[in-house]
Amino acid sequence: MANIKISEQKVLQIEAICKEFNNEKGELINVLHKTQSLVGYLPAEVQEIISKNLNCSVAHVYGVVTFYSFFTMIPKGQFPISICMGTACYVRGAEKVLDEFKRILNVPVGQTTPDGKFSLSCLRCVGACGLAPVVMVGEKVYGRVSPDGVKDIIKEYKQA
Amino acid sequence: MTQFKMHLLVCGGTGCRASESEKLFHNLKHEILEKGLENEVQVITTGCFGFCEKGPIVKVMPDNTFYTQVKPEDAMEIIAEHVIKGRQVHRLLYVNPETEKHVADSKHMGFYRKQLRIALRNCGFIDPENIEEYISRDGYAALAKCLTEMTPAQVIEEMKKSGLRGRGGGGFPTGLKWEITSKSQSDQKYVVCNADEGDPGAFMDRSILEGDPHSVIEAMAICGYCIGASKGIVYIRAEYPLAVERLKIAMKQSVEFGLLGKNIFGTDFGFEIDIRYGAGAFVCGEETALIHSMEGLRGEPTIKPPFPSVSGYLEKPTNVNNVETFANVPVIINKGAEWFASIGSEKSKGTKVFALAGKINNVGLIEVPMGTTLRDIIFEIGGGIKDGKKFKAVQTGGPSGGCLTEKHLDIKIDFDSLTAAGSMMGSGGMIVLDEDDCMVSIAKFYLDFTVEESCGKCAPCRIGNKRLNEMLEKICDGKGTMKDLDLLRNLSHVIKDTSLCGLGQTSPNPVLSTMDNFYDEYLAHIVDHKCPSGQCKALLQYVIEAENCVGCTACARNCPVNAIAGERKGVHVIDQSTCIKCGACLEKCKFNAVFIK
Repeated sequence: MANIKISEQKVLQIEAICKEFNNEKGELINVLHKTQSLVGYLPAEVQEIISKNLNCSVAHVYGVVTFYSFFTMIPKGQFPISICMGTACYVRGAEKVLDEFKRILNVPVGQTTPDGKFSLSCLRCVGACGLAPVVMVGEKVYGRVSPDGVKDIIKEYKQA
Repeated sequence: MTQFKMHLLVCGGTGCRASESEKLFHNLKHEILEKGLENEVQVITTGCFGFCEKGPIVKVMPDNTFYTQVKPEDAMEIIAEHVIKGRQVHRLLYVNPETEKHVADSKHMGFYRKQLRIALRNCGFIDPENIEEYISRDGYAALAKCLTEMTPAQVIEEMKKSGLRGRGGGGFPTGLKWEITSKSQSDQKYVVCNADEGDPGAFMDRSILEGDPHSVIEAMAICGYCIGASKGIVYIRAEYPLAVERLKIAMKQSVEFGLLGKNIFGTDFGFEIDIRYGAGAFVCGEETALIHSMEGLRGEPTIKPPFPSVSGYLEKPTNVNNVETFANVPVIINKGAEWFASIGSEKSKGTKVFALAGKINNVGLIEVPMGTTLRDIIFEIGGGIKDGKKFKAVQTGGPSGGCLTEKHLDIKIDFDSLTAAGSMMGSGGMIVLDEDDCMVSIAKFYLDFTVEESCGKCAPCRIGNKRLNEMLEKICDGKGTMKDLDLLRNLSHVIKDTSLCGLGQTSPNPVLSTMDNFYDEYLAHIVDHKCPSGQCKALLQYVIEAENCVGCTACARNCPVNAIAGERKGVHVIDQSTCIKCGACLEKCKFNAVFIK
């Protein structure tokens, strides 16, 4: 059993989310979506709380969490950076942009910088293919990003 | 209701919003209020115009002026010049790259001339957040006609006659699917709309939901009436926040107008719609996997039969159709099956939406009659290849599809011709590649995708694709052997023959089709240890041409690993064993002395 380290209040909120979906096992994915937007990620302890409330095994919850790329067990950075790796962005040089982010932030894909500021991930097509290659920081979309432009994007958030 | 003299339509699709179209919208509104024109000029946000390359787009009605790449600060000029003085803002008009003349009316633009918009009929025309605008364009008339004038069997007959085939990739006849589901006996049935568009580089479903959500809602209700279902579910990607929001608004308005809910149009028929979110799994585009995901499970496919039309969601008969398929339905009912069947090719009726992307001048969303040639799509509508490069191939059908080359350009594309040419329709993504793209790398790119997205349930897909990917990596690194080519082909066929679902059965297609069409490139990697397009890093060599080198030392100073030696004003040399192939020297050299071998 993982130690419950999140606040009592968060636990109550998660339980309320489960209840909102009638503690129905079939609603697991909806519950996970809501919980992730509340907590930011889905660590083991959170999965245990959900499994208890929906009356299913932790293994089942874990199986679903790890199946879908949208769910994460690692906390995202304050500014999550996603590089679009859809085909359109790929052929217009997204890989070089990703390499530059990796080099400057010094973290691999799927990880967060030690100061918790940036996390780096890849996603498949945001559908802004006209602006390829595309990078998203939080909700903001940056289009036609070149490797040279990477440091300017990071700079924008470094001070924040 | 206020009668406006002029309408300004601002594109609010994801692409244009990324280029500040929201701010532009607010600036236009502000200017109109400032000039006291709010009762004469209306500004609305619409769905995608399709011409994403030149976004944000503003269209002025009724004179049909089409402004491209409009910035928020252009709002004042548009209002002062066009709206008040009636003079077009010349600098914002589209310029025809061939004639270099300004084109004011979108009807005369190469991009739109050969298009026929049925599924996208309302995208870029109406405000998707206002049900009245949809109704004014014959919205919900088809549902009314079905419920009050036709029996379910008659509607199904009409759908069958229209020849509409599923637009999600499979191409199964929609009317037939409805008929099978209608014949399944059950107390409860479901209509599911598959909006889990996972194909990288395809965004037609998202654009329809963002630009015309009501057409999908209406069609789902019609389907419900036909098959005897009172419940519909839209399964949509959580990565599409704007589409979700617009869909929710549309659903709420339909309920308020009594177009969803009980006793629609005073009949006994009732229908309600729910939303379920996907969570990022490509395999969930497969209908059985999608249904498991809706049930809160891992999205793993199961063997068919039983087909969802017999036993689907919660083991009840379920009819799954894709967004674009649904968007066609109301028009077919309104204009008649014969009209629809008169468009397109012999076995593929109607139109198809394609997402045109990659190395092409006009990236965007297009809709053309089935049977249009690739040449028309790429060179007329798409405006040809970017930067005057040479066309190499077009990849259709995403990770399940294949590449088509120069010799395929005059094929009239439809479901069957694309399959015959070794590719497939898929959901309609079209990625154009030019001479700089390495086909082995492209195949590897798709395999990377498949390996990541394989659900892992069946061994051929889970293990086989991984092995394919490793072999491709070996070839890209210059370590491949001729034996690998045989292995690649054999294993590809085994995976195709033995995988459980559509994902595995089609995943080797990019490998097979690139091997068929670009065998020389594979050979070059293996035999000559060269990547003809200079993409595979391991096979590149940066070399300095002694004749051109003036000894300025720029390359040596910028080399991050000190791999370049040479005296000032003397010829420089790159030490190949230290070189990391970053390309800094090539970039810095002003005398064209550095080149790639």
